[in-house]
Amino acid sequence: MIPAPVGYIRVDSTEAALAALGEHGDEAKILAGGQSLIPLMRFRLAAPSMLVDIAGITELSGISVVGDTVSIGAMTTHSALEHSGELAEACPLLAHVASVVGDPAIRHRGTLGGSLAHADPASDLPAAVLALGGTLVASGSNGSREIAATEFFTGFLESALGADEMLTGIKVPVSTGGWSYQKFNRRAQDWAIVGAMVAEGGAGVALVNMGATPLRASAVESALAGGASSVEAAASAAEGTEPSSDNNGDAAYRKHLAQVLTGRALRDAGME
Amino acid sequence: MTVTDNPTGGIIGQARLRKEDPALLTGEAKFMDDLVLPGALWVNCVRSPHAHATIDNIDTTAALAVEGVTAVYTGADLAEDWAGPLPCAWPVTDDMKSPDYWPVAQGKVCHVGDIVAVVVADSRYVAADGAEGVVVDYSLLPAVISIEDAESDQVVIHEGLGTNVSYEWPLIPDPEGVEAAFANATHHVTETYVHQRLIPAPMEPRGVAAVPAPHNGDMILYSSTQIPHILKVMAALTVGIPEHKMRVIAPAVGGGFGCKLGVYPEEILCLALAVRHGVPVRWTEGRTEAATATIQGRAQRQTIELAADENGKLLAVRATLLADMGAYFQLITPGVPLLGAFLFHGLYDVPLYSFTCKSVFTNLTPTDAYRGAGRPEATYAIERAMDVLALAVGVEPDEIRSLNFIPTEKFPYDSPAGLVFDSGDYQPALDRAKELINWEERRAEQAERQAAGSKMHLGLGISTYVEMCGLAPSRVLASLNYGAGGWESATVRILPTCKIQVVTGATPHGQGHETAWSMIVADRLGVDPDDVEVLHSDTAISPLGLDTYGSRSLSVGGTAIWMATERVVEKASLIAAHMLEANADDLELTNGVFNVKGTPGAEVPLAEVAFAAFTAHDLPEGLEPNLQAEVTWDPPNFTFPFGAHIALVEIDEETGEVEIIDYAAVDDCGNQVNPMIVEGQVHGGIVQGIGQALWEEAIYDEDGQCRSTNLGDYLVPSAAETIDMKLDYTVTPSPTNPLGVKGIGEAGTIASTPAVMNAVVDALRHLGVTEMAMPASPMRVRRSIENAQGGAV
Amino acid sequence: MEISLTVNGDTQSADVEPRTLLVHFLRDQLGLTGTNIGCDTSSCGACTILVDGQSAKSCNLLAVQADGAEITTIEGLAGADGLHPMQQAFHESHALQCGYCTPGMVMASISLVEEYPNLDADGVREGLEGNLCRCTGYQNIVKAVLSVKK
Repeated sequence: MIPAPVGYIRVDSTEAALAALGEHGDEAKILAGGQSLIPLMRFRLAAPSMLVDIAGITELSGISVVGDTVSIGAMTTHSALEHSGELAEACPLLAHVASVVGDPAIRHRGTLGGSLAHADPASDLPAAVLALGGTLVASGSNGSREIAATEFFTGFLESALGADEMLTGIKVPVSTGGWSYQKFNRRAQDWAIVGAMVAEGGAGVALVNMGATPLRASAVESALAGGASSVEAAASAAEGTEPSSDNNGDAAYRKHLAQVLTGRALRDAGME
Repeated sequence: MTVTDNPTGGIIGQARLRKEDPALLTGEAKFMDDLVLPGALWVNCVRSPHAHATIDNIDTTAALAVEGVTAVYTGADLAEDWAGPLPCAWPVTDDMKSPDYWPVAQGKVCHVGDIVAVVVADSRYVAADGAEGVVVDYSLLPAVISIEDAESDQVVIHEGLGTNVSYEWPLIPDPEGVEAAFANATHHVTETYVHQRLIPAPMEPRGVAAVPAPHNGDMILYSSTQIPHILKVMAALTVGIPEHKMRVIAPAVGGGFGCKLGVYPEEILCLALAVRHGVPVRWTEGRTEAATATIQGRAQRQTIELAADENGKLLAVRATLLADMGAYFQLITPGVPLLGAFLFHGLYDVPLYSFTCKSVFTNLTPTDAYRGAGRPEATYAIERAMDVLALAVGVEPDEIRSLNFIPTEKFPYDSPAGLVFDSGDYQPALDRAKELINWEERRAEQAERQAAGSKMHLGLGISTYVEMCGLAPSRVLASLNYGAGGWESATVRILPTCKIQVVTGATPHGQGHETAWSMIVADRLGVDPDDVEVLHSDTAISPLGLDTYGSRSLSVGGTAIWMATERVVEKASLIAAHMLEANADDLELTNGVFNVKGTPGAEVPLAEVAFAAFTAHDLPEGLEPNLQAEVTWDPPNFTFPFGAHIALVEIDEETGEVEIIDYAAVDDCGNQVNPMIVEGQVHGGIVQGIGQALWEEAIYDEDGQCRSTNLGDYLVPSAAETIDMKLDYTVTPSPTNPLGVKGIGEAGTIASTPAVMNAVVDALRHLGVTEMAMPASPMRVRRSIENAQGGAV
Repeated sequence: MEISLTVNGDTQSADVEPRTLLVHFLRDQLGLTGTNIGCDTSSCGACTILVDGQSAKSCNLLAVQADGAEITTIEGLAGADGLHPMQQAFHESHALQCGYCTPGMVMASISLVEEYPNLDADGVREGLEGNLCRCTGYQNIVKAVLSVKK
């Protein structure tokens, strides 16, 4: 499988990237780590006419913790998240989730921003940012704006990013309360059939691959807030979800898994 | 025949590291796509996206407009390039119905992946661009996907045949006896099992290059194939190139598992295009392309019936198959179910036997041999059914097996299907496997968990097996209408400096032949195995051969090498006797030195004999110079390896996930040449068989679209899903060859699938689950539990 | 587009189409055919190489992305003093059969033990999740990697 012919520009600043996007419009695509984009290009399911490679924008990589906020550059690799001692202390859920993305080789190249912008509901990291109540930072021709994770994922592989915008980083609150990620798949390297994520002692519960976008399991969250046990709360995990059916699971099985995995995640996170 | 039960020079039987490894570990080995062929044109195949359709129009204009595209051909353009359709070498019955299979479809397509046009271009990238530009108009026809629909003939795929049923093949030596046995049986078990379609998925996809010499008419075909020798014959016939002008070379081949045992459209295409263009023409398969372009395995529905007396002693076995051939016949497609035809009674002493196979065409990729080819299917049926019989009788699964094993004293055993099982001693293997798995403790732990109401269920599953290797002798293959013999050739050459060349007709693709063959020769000659070079896989270097499949290489090819070595030794001993002025009968060859028995000091090294044979200055009267012998060995019988495997699984009731937590395998492949290689074959085979049980399936929708076309969707297991296995062996030499060897390439795959599935059912039986289809995916397992419990639990 | 990179210690400059996959650049333009291609989806790992010391799937990168990078392929491991310890361990543990997955498996393993020095057998198995082998059943691969781990 061989990509269609494509143009390529490498930029070393966000401004240059935005300028390139402005120049090439809809036909341009940001190339971050490429771990999701290049397979799509090989199948010619994606055939942008111009790639804007942002790997050279050094200021987009890095993790910093200031006060109650963890800021992470969009080009920070999964591997960097996984191995960051600072992140392990400030937000262990995110560090852990990064460590179960794909396989080590994918984690060396894949980036947090790329994963979020790709907006795949079966991906691990989008749900983590959602569970953590994170904010995504986007830059565009009109300057920079912050988008709540809850507003960011708008559809299957669709996000709130405009065609002239790029993701530059995220902010998540420092979160050391009980957490868990229960990823269920048939092979370790595969996407989650369903995943259940619990952050901050149940304040945030999110689901992977339970619909067109990563989802907050709001029924579970409110049940917990109302004093429900993990078992009671997990029973509502599939409420309002419309999961797809594929080789590995139909919608009904996914809903069942969402309940089981949410229950396990809650208990793993320390809830009774 | 004398079996060499402890061959001799101390080299056979050693766990010697492989001489193949350094080239493979450093990137030095050249696989198909690694070959540098200056001036080669690249082929990209435009394939049908539909399972069944007529081709109304093909517009190649846009493709031809792509810079670098040399030509685009349709089926009609190439119709005159073939001397005949693609060959099927196994017409199992005289009235078997066989459709014409052309390298490029003519008029209609019969499966997704059927080639409809080929783009020839100056690079692989441009060829891919050109393929994007070919526009094909189709009129869709109803697709026949299930074997039941195929059998109904409501839609006939190949109109000229008038039916989708290709053949019916019965093997019922005593029909009345079988009927009577079932009528009188206390226990009558009837089970139906489905073997899903499997994608062989060797890590190296296929690849081809045809390199012509337009002026003298020579043609070299490089292919990632298991069968360069057979391919040479078949390709010569199909393209009309004289066989003596054709040379086939299999470079390093990255696994085959049966799917490179074919004569494929792309091989024939590259040859025809090389003739047309007069330059090298090459093609490399993509992984996604392979999912529909390369044969698939298994694909049959089996009904097995057991008749047994009140104690569970088997009286008769009856197996009825409906097998999916796919859209066309590949090289041995129709014969694959018949490779299991003789083994549906397993390793049990059964007086009466009935086997019938009906085979049908569907609008899916052709099926053909896949690791085990027929024997895994047969073993699966009998071993699953034996568990059901055990339950009916009220005994443990090991007990029902022990009760029915062919008694050791009955070997050689005349099987009810008409074979003679060479040797066997089945109970020790089962006993040892139970010991390795801690059968009693595990049973106790299983019961404890059940009593405690645990939702993590343990299951133990046994599969014993006997299989048949070495597809021979030729005259038996003739009785099955198989289109080739069962022999193998070998040449052993002692060079003037006492280095050794071995030429073999077996064609390795990962098995370690170079190491094993060197050991066989070195063991007999008393030389260092590193002084032996094994030449193979090139029909110009090794003109005679029948290649590698069916676990035949050691028992047939290895034996030929042993015999050729013996013959060289005989000749060398004549020269040595001449040099020592002794009688050849008084000489023995030990550690590379001929010495006169009982006369210390009267000796001459093999090296001196080799040089004397080369100079030919003073040879015995009438003896030809040089030390070389060629043997073609046609064995008197198959060999029959056997063993016992036990799987321990744990099932998470809530998710349905099955985890293998322990696995014991005791195999008996007769004498072992290199136990390290044997172990590797068993490891890989077991995991491949577990793959069928738990993960792998070529999933098709009702339109015949494959939904598992890449390694993200077709779940070949990784290291993370598998475990360390516990292996041991018993050794029951085969009396059918002087090495006493049997074969081990497919054993793991044969035994592990039913062992795991028996374990899965064993784990869930107390919940009311009585049957499980493959693969036992989490959703399927979970559903089975829900259904058994009368709805969601 | 012009790129310049270091491959197995040698500086290489070349003109590549932007769409060129790194694996095709290594194989077809530099003749380093030891790195194999086994799939279209970055699932199998046969094409694994080291980019700046870390494993990466070279069929899942464009050659232009490797501009300025330091690449090691299977051809860059063995030296005058013999095989790399990981290659030697694969040899001694019979951790390869057909050898097609082997270059990628070896490169992934080298990166793995570097990145996670304290792995047990389960950790090695998890760490090699992205490298498929159809021959060995993995048992001997795990054994080989454990014998090398620091």
